[in-house]
Amino acid sequence: MKRGFLLWCAALATYAFLYLPLAVVVLFSFNDSELNAAWVGFTTHWYSRLLADEVLLQAAGNSLLIALVSSSIATVLGTMAGIAMHRWRLRLLPFLVLTPVAMPEILLGVSLLLFFRQVLDLTLGLFSILVAHITFSIGFVAIIVRARLAGMDESIFEAARDLGASPWRTFTRITLPLILPGIVAGYLMAFTLSIDDFVITFFVAGVGMSTLPLQIYSMIKVAVTPEINAISTLLMGLTLTLIGLASRFAPELWRSKS
Amino acid sequence: MALLELRNITKRFGRLEAVKEVSLAIEAGEFFTLLGPSGCGKTTILRMIAGFDAPDEGELFLDGKPLSGIAPEKRPVHTVFQSYALFPHLTVAGNIAFPLEMIGRPADEILQRVRETLELVHLEDKGSAFPHELSGGQKQRVALARGLVNKPRVLLLDEPLGALDAKLRERMQGELVALQREVGVTFVFVTHAQQEALALSHRIAVMNAGRVEQLDVPEVLYSSPKNRFVADFIGNINVLNCLVAESSPHGLRLNVEGLGEIAAPAHPEIAAGTHGVLALRPEYLRVGPATVQASLKNRFLGTVSEYLFLGDETVYKILLDNGTVLEALVANAAPGRARFHDIGERVQVEWRHDAGVFLLA
Repeated sequence: MKRGFLLWCAALATYAFLYLPLAVVVLFSFNDSELNAAWVGFTTHWYSRLLADEVLLQAAGNSLLIALVSSSIATVLGTMAGIAMHRWRLRLLPFLVLTPVAMPEILLGVSLLLFFRQVLDLTLGLFSILVAHITFSIGFVAIIVRARLAGMDESIFEAARDLGASPWRTFTRITLPLILPGIVAGYLMAFTLSIDDFVITFFVAGVGMSTLPLQIYSMIKVAVTPEINAISTLLMGLTLTLIGLASRFAPELWRSKS
Repeated sequence: MALLELRNITKRFGRLEAVKEVSLAIEAGEFFTLLGPSGCGKTTILRMIAGFDAPDEGELFLDGKPLSGIAPEKRPVHTVFQSYALFPHLTVAGNIAFPLEMIGRPADEILQRVRETLELVHLEDKGSAFPHELSGGQKQRVALARGLVNKPRVLLLDEPLGALDAKLRERMQGELVALQREVGVTFVFVTHAQQEALALSHRIAVMNAGRVEQLDVPEVLYSSPKNRFVADFIGNINVLNCLVAESSPHGLRLNVEGLGEIAAPAHPEIAAGTHGVLALRPEYLRVGPATVQASLKNRFLGTVSEYLFLGDETVYKILLDNGTVLEALVANAAPGRARFHDIGERVQVEWRHDAGVFLLA
């Protein structure tokens, strides 16, 4: 009885530590006050202010475009990598694909910056951000697709060949439909990672190009306005929705296997 | 000409020789079984027939034409996998229609043939169910239907009954035999269950360590095993160590140490002085009170050390005077008495001179 009570307290404290700051942000985004100090009253004023902020909207548009394109390309490449890693016992490929996942973001950001500037002599901007986002997303998609394949009975694919399907038709009729939930989950993951990314984007964005996280950061440098609370709330909502969707498509990633 | 022929097939995995110089000829319409313990190479042979593996040496022929270089999807051979390998995202009807769609049959013909095949396996009402909604036996039937729907020349079955419980397995055995007779497709069946092999097959190849030890009809395999491995693997068998005292066209005279001489069927290749074993099936032995005059040629005395009542029959373990234990199977052919001898009772064990098989040790 007593142990159960303590366990509950510990759990509550942990969740409070994780989610209270987020709750505060959401709460104050509806606070009718310029200061993030005391609750004054309910308003949606900050949200309508957001919609009038040209610079912020531009940054949000960039973020959406980058997320859409980079996650689409990363999903195709990551799916191919995931299938290849599952089918053949390659040693180098998993290393190459998964390293960006484990690499500290700041390292990846710096090295990508150096690569784009010193090696390729590229003008930083939309394209460099896209390439950077694809780079760090591929690994996540590959992991999810491979996990999906690993849970499947290998003889299903042999059965398809055996029953008259060419390798290509086996892929389109059997493999693809079966790993589709994994691909969708991977896509949503990649999208979320891209739209939230700050560190790597910060290094490779160059001048004149801004994404939502970069824009929020530059706004904070002046002051934490309720407007930032509002945009953060929206971003949080989008992220949670995508993660929720992803976990529906690939539940095996979020649940421990029995 | 045989429908399917394997000529000197050898398959290696790294340094392991999984299949060693195997030659088989399987006739059209046959229910042919590859029987052996796990790792004997039977599944590897199946995979080579299906086209998933290629032999390192030798060649396979279907209708006299070599199969090498022909992809699995181009061979008129289908497989029923041990795990059934049903497509989880397709319905039962979708699974069965798959091979027909792959060869591009028109939709109305596919519908018709799927319906007929569902009837064949008694699953008329399960067409729209998904594999995960089916029981083990039903999945088994769908796998069979899918394998048979476009009438392959050969259906390969890889331990298809292995995942079923005992009662269901027995029923499916009966259904398999009936199904094979009805469709007339050549079945190549792989199993490690000797009883299943005996019950289902027209011919059985007993395999061990990559080789075929003996190939024959079930009755001959059972009554005349060629060597110790086949004798031990198929059914229960007693072995008596013995020395050949005399070998003539009329029969063998064998000397069993500490017990005396017995007679066995003639064996032209065995010379006097050879050491070996006499293999005796438990049901060929007759057990009776030690005092009764023997009526059969071979007779030893012993003591009942144990008995197991199995319902339809009783197994007696009899300790012979030289220390050998024989198992004798006595049918409980009439009601009332199921137990004829007590533990510790002196009994005689007798058998016909042609009941045993002499095998080299």
